[in-house]
Amino acid sequence: MTDLKMGQISRRDFIKLSSGSTVALLLGFSINRCESRTQIDEFSFEPNIYVRIGSDDTITIVMPRSEMGQKVYTALPMILAEELEADWNKVRVVQGDFNPVFGSQTTGGSASIRTHYNRLREAGATARMMLVLAAATKWGTPPDNCYASEGYVHLKGTRKKLSYGSLAALAENVEIPEQVILKDPKDFKIIGRSIKSLDTAYKVDGSLDFGYDLTLPGMLTAVIKRIPTFDGSVVDYDDSKTMEVPGVEAVVQVSSGVAVVAKDTWSAIQGRKALDVTFDGGPSAHLNSTDIREKMLNALKHSGEVLRNDGNINVAQKKANKSLELLFEVPYLDHAPQEPNNCTAHFYDGLCEIWAPTQNPGASFEAAKSITSFEDSKIILHTLRMGGAFGRRLAADYTVDAVELARHFSDPVKVVRTREEDIQHGTYRPATVHLLKAGIGENNEALYWKHTVSGPQVGWHGTITGGAPDLAYAIPNVNVDVVMSPFPVPTGPFRSVAHTQNGFVNECGIDALARLAGQDPYAYRRELLRDSPRHIGVLDLVAEKSGWGKDLEPGHARGIAVHYSFRSYCAMVAEISQEKSGKFRVHRMTAAIDCGQVINPDGVWAQVEGGIVMGLTAALHGKITLENGRVLQSNFHNYPILRMDEMPVIDIHIIKSEEPPTGVGEPPVPPTPPALINAIAALTGEYITRLPING
Amino acid sequence: MLTKVSFQLNGKQVSVEVDPNTPLLWVIRDTLGFTGTKYSCGMGICGSCTVHIDGKTAKSCITPIASVANKSVMTIEGLAKDGLHPVQQAWVDEEVPQCGYCQPGQIMTAVELLKNNPNPDDAEIDAAMKGVLCRCGTYQRIRKAIHVASGEVQDD
Repeated sequence: MTDLKMGQISRRDFIKLSSGSTVALLLGFSINRCESRTQIDEFSFEPNIYVRIGSDDTITIVMPRSEMGQKVYTALPMILAEELEADWNKVRVVQGDFNPVFGSQTTGGSASIRTHYNRLREAGATARMMLVLAAATKWGTPPDNCYASEGYVHLKGTRKKLSYGSLAALAENVEIPEQVILKDPKDFKIIGRSIKSLDTAYKVDGSLDFGYDLTLPGMLTAVIKRIPTFDGSVVDYDDSKTMEVPGVEAVVQVSSGVAVVAKDTWSAIQGRKALDVTFDGGPSAHLNSTDIREKMLNALKHSGEVLRNDGNINVAQKKANKSLELLFEVPYLDHAPQEPNNCTAHFYDGLCEIWAPTQNPGASFEAAKSITSFEDSKIILHTLRMGGAFGRRLAADYTVDAVELARHFSDPVKVVRTREEDIQHGTYRPATVHLLKAGIGENNEALYWKHTVSGPQVGWHGTITGGAPDLAYAIPNVNVDVVMSPFPVPTGPFRSVAHTQNGFVNECGIDALARLAGQDPYAYRRELLRDSPRHIGVLDLVAEKSGWGKDLEPGHARGIAVHYSFRSYCAMVAEISQEKSGKFRVHRMTAAIDCGQVINPDGVWAQVEGGIVMGLTAALHGKITLENGRVLQSNFHNYPILRMDEMPVIDIHIIKSEEPPTGVGEPPVPPTPPALINAIAALTGEYITRLPING
Repeated sequence: MLTKVSFQLNGKQVSVEVDPNTPLLWVIRDTLGFTGTKYSCGMGICGSCTVHIDGKTAKSCITPIASVANKSVMTIEGLAKDGLHPVQQAWVDEEVPQCGYCQPGQIMTAVELLKNNPNPDDAEIDAAMKGVLCRCGTYQRIRKAIHVASGEVQDD
């Protein structure tokens, strides 16, 4: 066997060689043929880490990423099954545990399809070629006389065929091909079809287990009375009343607070109510949103790090015929997935076994390693289903809770959060303020654009500036800078990250500039995007499908926006009216997206629907406020999310494309709030620049 | 102080010894092991925990177990007599769920709506369903699936 080993050719070379060509070098899939953790009764052929072909014809595909509602559980297997020429009805999927052989397993950045497209195609094609070679050997004929189709290898010109399962044992002995031939996309049978999700039946009959539902023999359940401030500490606690609560087993201090461990959830919650903890609020015990806002506004007066500087902004400002100045403000946001954060850990036989509903098994693994000082081989991490995530489960705080606590017990311990804990101890979308100055020349042409982002100090400024410097409009003088101020509020990526803010600023800003120039906002954008055909593609499609420029019901208005993020282009038109109460009602959202090659159109529609709802929630309702160093909001009554009776009709259109697949989960979020606000401006003449609209 | 409470769960007689104030949700999930009913808010405002008590929807996270004594409770696991209930089937056909966490509550609420009103219009659907939150944003498909299931649900 002449297996190529990982490392002979760098991953970069691998990607370069394989993208855009139909012949790819094979690399890395052979090294772990026998390293799967799931027990298999029948014989199975394992050509690589992603797929097993059983002698009973079942095709088991290993999911290397996490599933949180974005349907990669179906879409990623579709890619492999396509190249394998599998019978889709024989495909089953198992969740891959944390395992470095998969490379990064972080599910974020709308990247699962993009980063796995070539990899899974090659994995499937390798298996297919080996099965064809096995059949050719059996028939004593050159492989060119054979072809694979829907779970069988056929002998050309005859009715002879062998099922994949019947070839599994033979294929095991076939040398792994050094080159794989990928299918011509014109011949795709699975990719590009709206195939039903493989797990929907389990989601509607209650049988699908999420992290919160995990039950293990002898398992204890814990809740934590958390340190309410961001940098406070536990001074002392009295657990005498807690220990009297039936079902409570123990009270243990952990780094996030004091944990009550009980036989069941309700007993733990009751025990926590009875727990008396004295906290020290810490240095930021008096932090509040008003002060944070003041500091961010003051920071605007200082010059920041320049991220882009085209032309000469100072000269342009003096030359402008008309100018505008807008101050945009967005609050902190919590992800509030429907399933609150939780994690389970069990220490036994020198091992630490973890069950984490996580987008980032690597971070949870590292956290466990750091707490336990165990060797890698002594930590087992299972990735569980998530009831939503939206970026929240990229952090590992829930795993820290479980590992810190479970090490004190011989039984498994599940640490759950109540809704209040989840909202008040988040990793928030940063609050930011943005000063936009823009102007037009004598002929109403766009002349300059100066955008300053002011926000919290973050590790990488892109998490507050993403989407700001890469403004796509052809404006000759552009200056974008950022100033950051330190606040002790934990922040993290929220669905579409900084594009939530900068999509809002860019798209309301350009809309206001169009109105300043007395031009139609669609036509104005179109002209300034003349060098970007894919922007124009989605813009034209959304304009056509929304009936842009056509008559509306009296009292209705439309707004438009387009934004590029996560390598995809998404345009949106909102149709709104104002109720007598003053509140705005969203009637219709029309969306167009260009995300390259589509794997599953229905999956794209679902993600666009979800992205629009998340964008509308953020624009209309979303706000996390700080008072006395703690989060004021606590549950859905004061942190509302969009409800059914606020739900517009959504109409989605996908650009047909053979470009490589790009992001889908996040790109629909950024253009949603500005489309809505631009529609409101069309109705009222005023741009709402401080979010949320209702609050 | 533990109390014995007997009730019907999905057609079977069950009996538990728990604190009488324990919400039905935690008895169903932790004591009896039916985890299809979900916790999400704990104050009866998001609907993920919706079950039927004597045929009517209730938020199990704020229903004390003592109040269901001798009553009949149905959870998502007990909805279908055989295979999938027509509303569950409509959910599959319309590919409603994203993460799926809120869907048991959505389905239990939709079943009650369709029992009382076999052919609801959009406004009636909105009024009946607005108490069940979906952070993934599956509302448009829920509306569609309820229309698809219209006329398929018998009041029994």
